[in-house]
Amino acid sequence: MPQVTYIEHDGTEHRIELEVGQSVMQGAVNNNIPGIDADCGGECACATCHVYVEGDWLPRTGTPGEQEASMLSFAATAQPNSRLSCQIRMSEELDGLVVRLPEAQH
Amino acid sequence: MNPGGPRIVIIGAGHAGGSAAAFLRQYGWKGPITLIGEEPIPPYQRPPLSKAWLKGEADARSLALRPAGFYAEQRIELRLGSRVAAIDRTARTALLDTGEALSYAHLILATGARPRRLDLPGSGMAGVLELRSMADADRLKAALRPGARLAVIGGGYIGLEVAASARALGAEAVVIEREPRVLSRVASPALSAFMQDYHCARGVALELGATAEALEGTAGRVTGLRLADGRLVPCDIVLIGVGAVPNDELARQAGLDCAGGVTVDLAARTSDPDIFAIGDCTIRPLPLYGRMGRLESVPNAVEQAKQAAAAICGRSPLAPEAPWFWSDQFDLRLQFAGLPFGAAETVIRGDPARPGFAIFHLDPEGIVLAVEAVNAAPEFMAGRMMIARRQRIARDRLRDQSLSMRELAA
Repeated sequence: MPQVTYIEHDGTEHRIELEVGQSVMQGAVNNNIPGIDADCGGECACATCHVYVEGDWLPRTGTPGEQEASMLSFAATAQPNSRLSCQIRMSEELDGLVVRLPEAQH
Repeated sequence: MNPGGPRIVIIGAGHAGGSAAAFLRQYGWKGPITLIGEEPIPPYQRPPLSKAWLKGEADARSLALRPAGFYAEQRIELRLGSRVAAIDRTARTALLDTGEALSYAHLILATGARPRRLDLPGSGMAGVLELRSMADADRLKAALRPGARLAVIGGGYIGLEVAASARALGAEAVVIEREPRVLSRVASPALSAFMQDYHCARGVALELGATAEALEGTAGRVTGLRLADGRLVPCDIVLIGVGAVPNDELARQAGLDCAGGVTVDLAARTSDPDIFAIGDCTIRPLPLYGRMGRLESVPNAVEQAKQAAAAICGRSPLAPEAPWFWSDQFDLRLQFAGLPFGAAETVIRGDPARPGFAIFHLDPEGIVLAVEAVNAAPEFMAGRMMIARRQRIARDRLRDQSLSMRELAA
């Protein structure tokens, strides 16, 4: 199964196997990784599943849709490599994906 | 004293209770956690029950808050299909209705709310439904076939979401609302008007200012709803969606302060320092509004779960958030933040007849108190920030769509 590495703000790393099709947000929530809140449960309604996508992984995760782009511009500490992790679906092509978690989602 | 060390007992395994258990582990609680739920299912999300579930786009697995193995992995003891009969505060135990006593160092009440019942003649008949649980949603889903005639009593979020889902399934829908407009408790008149038009244009019939008086049926199954004005609304299913009542009975019996909900502070603490209450069963401070209130929403359940977990684990208190809420109906996403208490004026940004507009509520000094956004995520997100910061804004700037919300909230 493809893997994602989540790096918490304090540097703690979690390497997690996700099922193809699962969102990166769900992988964090399922493993109780601190730093992703996912208040709305993956409905793209809250921007608290915000992550920074490392290096050249960003274009490989796809392009944010309009809803995500709107929400992202208001996420706490958004950067150019920010994505809402509820909108990134895991695939074999994303095996090895690395995301960093912000210090706070609120 | 529990042999495994100080234990946290959580009564209620819904969104609040399930989240609290997870946050306790995230925040470093190492001792035992027991999560007790009445329903036979682990914690799950309720919002999709009126939408994706009815439309066949979700299942028990996709609704689960966490995967099945999560609780054992996190050493959270799950007691499903279990009821707590009483709390003994002196002995610090929760008494199950089986007679078993669970001792606690900290207790979290997350008992939620139940649908308000209407004392209507005929409401015991088959086909008369309510919507709170997955089991309720299954009954509703089975009844919403193409051509089925749904009558909803109550023009609130539940009623409107189900009506929209019914139309998507090819069923007919009529919403009976006692007040002159839908969403009267929670939305401004301009938003109600827009939603009414939107629903009517999509085949939902609305009876506004109408009261259901009785349900009629044959052989124990509902066939019609009688209005107070004498008219009969033929129907095969009746959904009663007239609000929810907090399940604060356990708290009241235990002598905790209650006021139509379990009274808590901003750490989700009740009048007993070892007992917390979170989610739909509570009445809580609304710090931006200087009053107490009930917030029946997923974001509130999550926020209070964090407050209780932080307090128990000795973490610094969270900054209070602006209350917020969302509702999906047809292709509309309504996003609301704040509450309009003390509002002196409303400012509409965009065209209130088309999706993409937002209504802002300002106090007499121009401070943003609340925002209602319809397919207007930037207005919602910026509005939330402005509300939390008590930001003052000039109404002309807010109305000016050549200024982005990003600029206005800066």
